[in-house]
Amino acid sequence: MAKQYETVIGLEVHVELATRTKIFCGCSTAFGAAPNTHTCPVCTGMPGSLPVLNRQVVEYAMAIGLATNCRITRVCKFDRKNYFYPDNPQNYQISQLYLPIARDGYVEIEAGDTKKKVRIHEMHMEEDAGKLIHDEWDDTSLVDYNRSGVPLVEIVSEPDMRSAEEVIAYLEKLRQIIQYLGASDCKLQEGSMRADVNLSVREAGSSQFGTRTEMKNLNSFKAISHAIEGERERQIELLEEGKAVIQETRRWDDNKESSYAMRSKEDAQDYRYFPEPDLVPIVISDEWIEAVKSRQPELRAEKLERYKKEFDIPRYDAEIITESKSMADLFEAATSICKKPKKVSNWLMVETMRLMKEHGMEPEDLKFSPENLAKLINLADAGVVNSSVAKEVFEKVFSEDVDPEQYVEEHGLKTVHDEGALKAVLEQVIADNPQAVSDYRGGKEKALGALVGQTMKAMKGKANPGMVNQMLREMLG
Amino acid sequence: MDLLHLTAIELGRKIKTREVSVTEAVKAVLEQAKEMEPEINSYVTLDEAGALMQAEAVQKRIDSGELTGPLAGVPAAVKDNMCIEGKLTTCSSKILSNFHPAFTAEAVKNLQKAGAVIVGKTNMDEFAMGSTTETSYYGPTKNPHNLMHVPGGSSGGSCAAVAAQECWYALGSDTGGSIRQPSSFCGVVGLKPTYGTVSRYGLIAYGSSLDQIGPVARDVSDCAAVLEAIASHDEKDSTSIQRKDYDFTSALARDVKGMKIGIPRDYMREGLNPEVADAVWKAARVLEEQGAVIEEFDLSLVKYAIPAYYVIASAEASSNLERFDGVKYGYRAADYEGLHNMYKKTRSEGFGAEVKRRIMLGSFVLSSGYYDAYYLKALCVKALIKQAFDRAFESYDLILGPAAPTTAPELGKSLQDPLKMYLGDIYTISVNLAGLPGMSVPIGRDRKGLPVGMQLIGNSFQEKTLIRAAYTYECATEKQFEVSADVRAGAGMAAGQAGDCGRACRQTGDPGDSAFQAKSEMPDVQAKSGREA
Repeated sequence: MAKQYETVIGLEVHVELATRTKIFCGCSTAFGAAPNTHTCPVCTGMPGSLPVLNRQVVEYAMAIGLATNCRITRVCKFDRKNYFYPDNPQNYQISQLYLPIARDGYVEIEAGDTKKKVRIHEMHMEEDAGKLIHDEWDDTSLVDYNRSGVPLVEIVSEPDMRSAEEVIAYLEKLRQIIQYLGASDCKLQEGSMRADVNLSVREAGSSQFGTRTEMKNLNSFKAISHAIEGERERQIELLEEGKAVIQETRRWDDNKESSYAMRSKEDAQDYRYFPEPDLVPIVISDEWIEAVKSRQPELRAEKLERYKKEFDIPRYDAEIITESKSMADLFEAATSICKKPKKVSNWLMVETMRLMKEHGMEPEDLKFSPENLAKLINLADAGVVNSSVAKEVFEKVFSEDVDPEQYVEEHGLKTVHDEGALKAVLEQVIADNPQAVSDYRGGKEKALGALVGQTMKAMKGKANPGMVNQMLREMLG
Repeated sequence: MDLLHLTAIELGRKIKTREVSVTEAVKAVLEQAKEMEPEINSYVTLDEAGALMQAEAVQKRIDSGELTGPLAGVPAAVKDNMCIEGKLTTCSSKILSNFHPAFTAEAVKNLQKAGAVIVGKTNMDEFAMGSTTETSYYGPTKNPHNLMHVPGGSSGGSCAAVAAQECWYALGSDTGGSIRQPSSFCGVVGLKPTYGTVSRYGLIAYGSSLDQIGPVARDVSDCAAVLEAIASHDEKDSTSIQRKDYDFTSALARDVKGMKIGIPRDYMREGLNPEVADAVWKAARVLEEQGAVIEEFDLSLVKYAIPAYYVIASAEASSNLERFDGVKYGYRAADYEGLHNMYKKTRSEGFGAEVKRRIMLGSFVLSSGYYDAYYLKALCVKALIKQAFDRAFESYDLILGPAAPTTAPELGKSLQDPLKMYLGDIYTISVNLAGLPGMSVPIGRDRKGLPVGMQLIGNSFQEKTLIRAAYTYECATEKQFEVSADVRAGAGMAAGQAGDCGRACRQTGDPGDSAFQAKSEMPDVQAKSGREA
């Protein structure tokens, strides 16, 4: 009988914090600027420059630590991690090793039917490196230091996960918490959230950990899932062949859907960590923690509770809407304008999600304004447009954030309530469809539907279907 | 008019009264420097054109009434490890032999605000690593009192320039004695302030937790005036401290009555040259005659200071100097194969032997497996040394001792035996480890005519106590800045004459002055992590 294996996974998650300026200087953190335009002597490591800590970085890190049930380190310090690489202008990174800002936390995840806690070993603050651009044609490398000094937190979990599914659930949970705190937008594609996967396998029932590898360059949940599956298979295969797993760092190649070894433990660098002498220790008082807590935005559990009381929408709807902070924000903003929480929830749950799925979008990618959604709901509710026109208009709101009132006006989509005009059309439809008319009169209720359809078509969808129904019955009765 | 013999404050006064123009003053030192430099080599860069341009600009600011301070228009020099925008800044290293900074160090900016004319950048031991100014890529600086001897280091260029009248005062930096020891060897007054008093922003770091910029001057009054100009709280330096007092010249009072001065027995024992010991005891007697109470005491832990210092300073240096890699600025090897070879060749060719030695030492003590045994232990020693000083300052207002075990050694005698050279730092190093202020004051000469200095050590933030004691000593001995006229004569041998003390020494007005009270003025760390964004 084949041996049963268990996969053991721990994650190191880097999250770029949403501060306006860098961690140790006043340069902008905005993404996508021309190379080396968001730089200064500090973030390019010029001789004589000195770092000054951005207070907001500490507050975001504290907020994340508190929301993930960590202990906040009351006197925490920065350390230098020394390694030579051109994207690292000082050839050391200012990070935290000895006294990280938060330790010993956990988050609760649900994967499949099981609920479990994933423990957080520690979380520390550090600076990001610049970006190297290799010009293979020219055989040169260029460095862009715009990202150098962008603040990061690294969240290190315990090896508590056992499957790709649990890993994704953990990452989604972290992302949700951090987005709710407003501490980061957590976009995997843009690199504002990055995960390194530490994975080992062991025989089921064993209490010893196997030798682990670390996988880097995972830029999507899909890549993470595939990398975990692939690495699990690779390690099991080695063990089955009686070979040893080598402790190494591997790099995931998204195009090839496979990983390759980057460096083994023997090549591992000695980072020669020591306390950063250019920065003073950060003393975190009870008052500071309380202040950060009091400024902490409402988290998901509190939101769910409030939605139930305030909006009376189904629990299921509330859960789906609050899964992402941007969806919840959209819901609340639209509701506060149109005062119709159930309608807003329906539009988000049905049409919005359908279109998101169709376009492969995340809630963060939504571009339409709550004002326009609220306007559309009001238009439909007042009977200015019928429901099928409303759906059609929504697609425009979704894709182009059009003003529904203006759009309906310009495209003449208002429902026609004028009985005289409708009657004229109905007379024409009756005259043109003798077969359907006689079928209906002969007792075929279904035939009425065909006549309604013809009428709606003739009215270009702008008729009120209820009114058409009623008048047809009267006219044929 | 012979301007060169004036002190900075005297010259400043003459400039203010229009007796002397700034340009005249600048021309006087430039001429002197041109004459001296072939022999002494105080400067890496003598910025003749820049100095004359600054002179005009400063003169305008004086004429318009904008500049009224005592140093307005007085030419000064700056050690070559402090950045000045657009001016070559080398740290006396090949690796920065083409480096022009994009900004000016805060301490230099403060000097410029006070109306200083910066005539040049002074020579130093490469990256401030050394005690003789012989490790400079630009050749050694020589002691103006005797060209066969070193000026000390690492701020040897600054001290020699002041001693040879190539400027009126200079800035040095002191990581383990680099202002006080060469000041002692060159017969000038040098002060290392309490850590955090002068901003390190723009100072190219050697040992960040120990580095402080300070004045090198002709006498105590100049020294106090320069310190007053450069000290400031700077938000760009997280280790900079908001002090309660910046009025250092207010301590220029002849009064040490009742001042309790401790002399560490450990400093006066074996290893100390007898001539230096005699001079120090004599200086102590002078202060005693002026009303101070002198006692001997055991400071303890003195012998642990050197190993602890070399572990901490080298560890920090090994990291601080990583940025010099040939990628972004500075020297890059001409031929290389790929990135790692470029790093290797650039750094092998760009750094000198002493710098490499300390990078290796620092890298070793930080290596995994050795960190606890060396670096952590050194930090413990540092904390214990601070405690030993704290205990001493419960009993004494200041500590008096030698600045160095000997007078200036001969050129070429120190570098072959680095360990012996390191041991020469024994009296100065613990002051940096404890973050305290220390001052070197000339107290005479040895038989060869080489200057001897005493060191005064104060409790944190007690610079004024040092200045008061030093000033009292200066007045009592009618000690005056001693011109090394022999250099000009080409003799290369010492024997400057102590002139008559023409200065009126100010008497203290307030007998109840509480300057000797220790103040607790520790940085508020939480507030320091304070940039909002």
